[in-house]
Amino acid sequence: MKNVIEIDHLSTYFYTEEGAVKAVNDVSLRVREGETVCIVGESGCGKSVTAMSVMGLVEEPAGKVVEGKIQFDGRDLLSLHKNELRHVRGNDIAMIFQEPMSSLNPVLTIGKQIMEPLMEHQRMNKKQARMRAIELIEMVGISRPEQIADSYPHQLSGGMLQRIMIAIAISCNPKLLIADEPTTALDVTIQAQILDMLRQIKADSNMSILLITHDLGVVAEIADYVIVMYSGKIVEEGDVVELFENPKHPYTQGLLRSKPIMGERQEELYSIPGQVPNPLELKESCYFHDRCEHCMAICQTKLPYLRDVAGRQKVACWLYEEVVEHV
Amino acid sequence: MSSISGSVTKTEAHQAAVTPIRSSLWRQALHRLRKNKLAMSGFIFIVFMLLACFAGPLFSPYADNKINPANMNAAPSLKHWLGTDMLGRDVLTRLLQAGRISLTVGIASMCISVILGSILGAVAAYYRGIVDQIIMRVADLLLTIPGLPILFIMGALLSEWKIPSEYRMYIVMLMLSFIGWPGLARLVRSQMLSIREREFMQAAIVLGLNDRRKLFNHMIPNIIPLLIVVATLSIGGAILSESVLSFFGLGVMPPTPTWGNMIDAANNLIDFEKHPWLWIPPGVAIFTTVIAINIFGDGLRDVLDPKQKK
Amino acid sequence: MSTYLLRRFLYMILILFAASLLIFMLYALMPGDFVSNNMKLTAERKAELREIYGLSKPVMERYFNWMNNAFHGNFGYSLAQQKPVLTLFNEYIWNSFLLAVTSTFFTWLLAVIIGVIAAYKQYSWFDTLVMIGIFAAMSIPSFFIGLFLIKMFAVDLKWLPPGGMLTTGSNATGMEFVREVVDHMMLPVIVMTLLGVGSLTRYFRSNMLDVIRQDYIRTARAKGMRERVVLYRHALKNAMLPAITLVGFELPGLFGGSLIIEKIFNWPGIGQLYMQSFTVRDYPLLMGFTMFIAVLTVIGTLLSDILYHAADPRVRL
Repeated sequence: MKNVIEIDHLSTYFYTEEGAVKAVNDVSLRVREGETVCIVGESGCGKSVTAMSVMGLVEEPAGKVVEGKIQFDGRDLLSLHKNELRHVRGNDIAMIFQEPMSSLNPVLTIGKQIMEPLMEHQRMNKKQARMRAIELIEMVGISRPEQIADSYPHQLSGGMLQRIMIAIAISCNPKLLIADEPTTALDVTIQAQILDMLRQIKADSNMSILLITHDLGVVAEIADYVIVMYSGKIVEEGDVVELFENPKHPYTQGLLRSKPIMGERQEELYSIPGQVPNPLELKESCYFHDRCEHCMAICQTKLPYLRDVAGRQKVACWLYEEVVEHV
Repeated sequence: MSSISGSVTKTEAHQAAVTPIRSSLWRQALHRLRKNKLAMSGFIFIVFMLLACFAGPLFSPYADNKINPANMNAAPSLKHWLGTDMLGRDVLTRLLQAGRISLTVGIASMCISVILGSILGAVAAYYRGIVDQIIMRVADLLLTIPGLPILFIMGALLSEWKIPSEYRMYIVMLMLSFIGWPGLARLVRSQMLSIREREFMQAAIVLGLNDRRKLFNHMIPNIIPLLIVVATLSIGGAILSESVLSFFGLGVMPPTPTWGNMIDAANNLIDFEKHPWLWIPPGVAIFTTVIAINIFGDGLRDVLDPKQKK
Repeated sequence: MSTYLLRRFLYMILILFAASLLIFMLYALMPGDFVSNNMKLTAERKAELREIYGLSKPVMERYFNWMNNAFHGNFGYSLAQQKPVLTLFNEYIWNSFLLAVTSTFFTWLLAVIIGVIAAYKQYSWFDTLVMIGIFAAMSIPSFFIGLFLIKMFAVDLKWLPPGGMLTTGSNATGMEFVREVVDHMMLPVIVMTLLGVGSLTRYFRSNMLDVIRQDYIRTARAKGMRERVVLYRHALKNAMLPAITLVGFELPGLFGGSLIIEKIFNWPGIGQLYMQSFTVRDYPLLMGFTMFIAVLTVIGTLLSDILYHAADPRVRL
């Protein structure tokens, strides 16, 4: 299968008064055509920054993509001219965000906000754009589309606004949809509806989805392939079934253990001990070592690299060093 | 037994949590302030101005302000850097002496209005009810009537009552604070009310701290950064107001010099057109001092009151 | 909403009553009056005039007379000018308004443009320059900058007239007249704009900085909109919205003239009228003026409140 996007050795740093934060640290990933890839991790692990780097929306001069390549459609997005990149955004790669309530402009009507990319990228005139916008509103399952088009964001509920965000995102038939925690701010029942909608859209249009979440439930529901990030680095990745059934990295294992399982009542919900390390104080080591049950001497002095384990599964952990070498 | 151990841990936790964090916050603020070049240059200029005005005249050979009819209205020269006035007095020396008064009036009236405003604001916020009503309605009233005409009336009163020149500066301070306190009281009150609602105050209530401790340990320290910022900025405002009043002959009057009444020379057509050294230097002194205060105050705001940082 | 407005309105009336009493008392406290300051009059004539003008009555009675007349639309009679106060206001206010409205227009125009650009290029050299400019504008003593510009442009360079509204003895008409007024307006408008532009630019800059960080700006960029569109369609509208409330606060400035500027530039406005009346203790006019500003202030505050509720589509419902 063809890759829609290939990210190689991407590093994005943020410069603070106290020093540089390596928000994304040498991350490589691929998304295949029609595939849903989930990036999982705790907040601050760099999953959102990865997405923003792809979109070219990292705010300079505070943040900067310092290294890497993002191959999309035969072009390196990082070396594109600003204006060319702008035409990729919203047209070939679209994005939806965590907070639908604040992600739409409060002083512009819904219709206007859907029409904008259509007129910009698809060169539609106002009339065509409005007709298409109303179609799109209907497509994302909202009734009375004409009336909705003329209303303002504050008149709609969070779930409806997220549908509108999806309508905007798919308006130009993008090849890749990046969804950054699209369901986190919503009620559980609405969450399921939004995920269903994303799945259906993907099936209809063969769009690829890069979904960012901290919620393993969402991952289990929608992902084909999972990438686990910790402190700016990928610690494990693999097909969703492999990874859920046979997690290798102690962090992934911890994440899966801390998830309550339906129908199983546990005495105490597991949580990974310790805290995410301060990104300013990272030294050459496995960044997870001080929270890891299996911490070894090497973990404290040397950063593990991502190695193939089985099938598409990869892990960055010294535990598997010997296994691989001795076998 | 359990209650004793409970109170011990409470105090320990309190000390551990409050004292070091607070002092390190101040140190951090100071550190960041030092790194703000613009604010520091403002600060250095203010210190320079204070030193020049309070110590400078001591080193001037013309500090006695002797009238010298042989050397009237002389243009700036090596002997008299800013020339002399219509009585032959050295303008630079007078400028520095005037600065003493202008700076003193600015700082003192700021102090009075900040003390008055924060006490009244805090009392209003703390006691609510009728006390709050009375204080805030008076503040509303004073904010409704235009400040400048009121200052003019009060200035005219001073002239009619023949208040001696050397006392007028004290009354001008009071006048400026009278105009200045309502805004401050409003600010302090609204800050206090919002602090009351914040989580850590709720925590203080849960801990059962008494009223006085609540007020002094929690509420006051939390508005002090804001007060420092507002106080700094209001010195600039007070210096400007004093200069306007004195320029129109309703504030501090000669022979006591202030920057404002020195500019009064410009009301004389000949001095205005032919002797600009009489009135331009005090204007520049006001402008540069106030700009330095404003820049420094803004830098303070950035480091002390990050919420307000835009 | 309507009960809120009603309460605000009643409170406003109450505050104005208290203000009127305070203002009256302050002026009554002022020693000397129009009659006693007039050297040409004999003692008997002074007493006679006092009786006529009602200056010899007790303070409270004078206050009630004043208020009573005010309710009947009579704000007294200027002793120095021998005209009703309202007639005088009407004569002078429009000159003040001309100056104020022009400088307010330029102030807002400059503040919006500079504020938006500075916010957009935060931390650039342009932004630093703007910040310094803002501080400078906020620190200028108004009367000094007025004098300084007169000295420079009128006395030394002779480019512009030093003051007044028309050249003395001029009887220009039509376009000539307009040009003459514009020439005379130039300096005072520059000074007034300079005095106002600092804080307003700062206001727009910080509003814009707030807005630029909002999620919907990120959305607009993610949609691939041009920066120009992001800035002007998406950001500026939101940054301008809260500024509507400022319109109310401009009210006293628009009609109340400026004591200092009009005095310095000898502009025949209501502020200048006040300053003249002040020296001769023309109380009816002084009180009328002070009360007028107080009324404008209160109405302006109320207007701001109403506009705030009306402006935002989120609050409108």
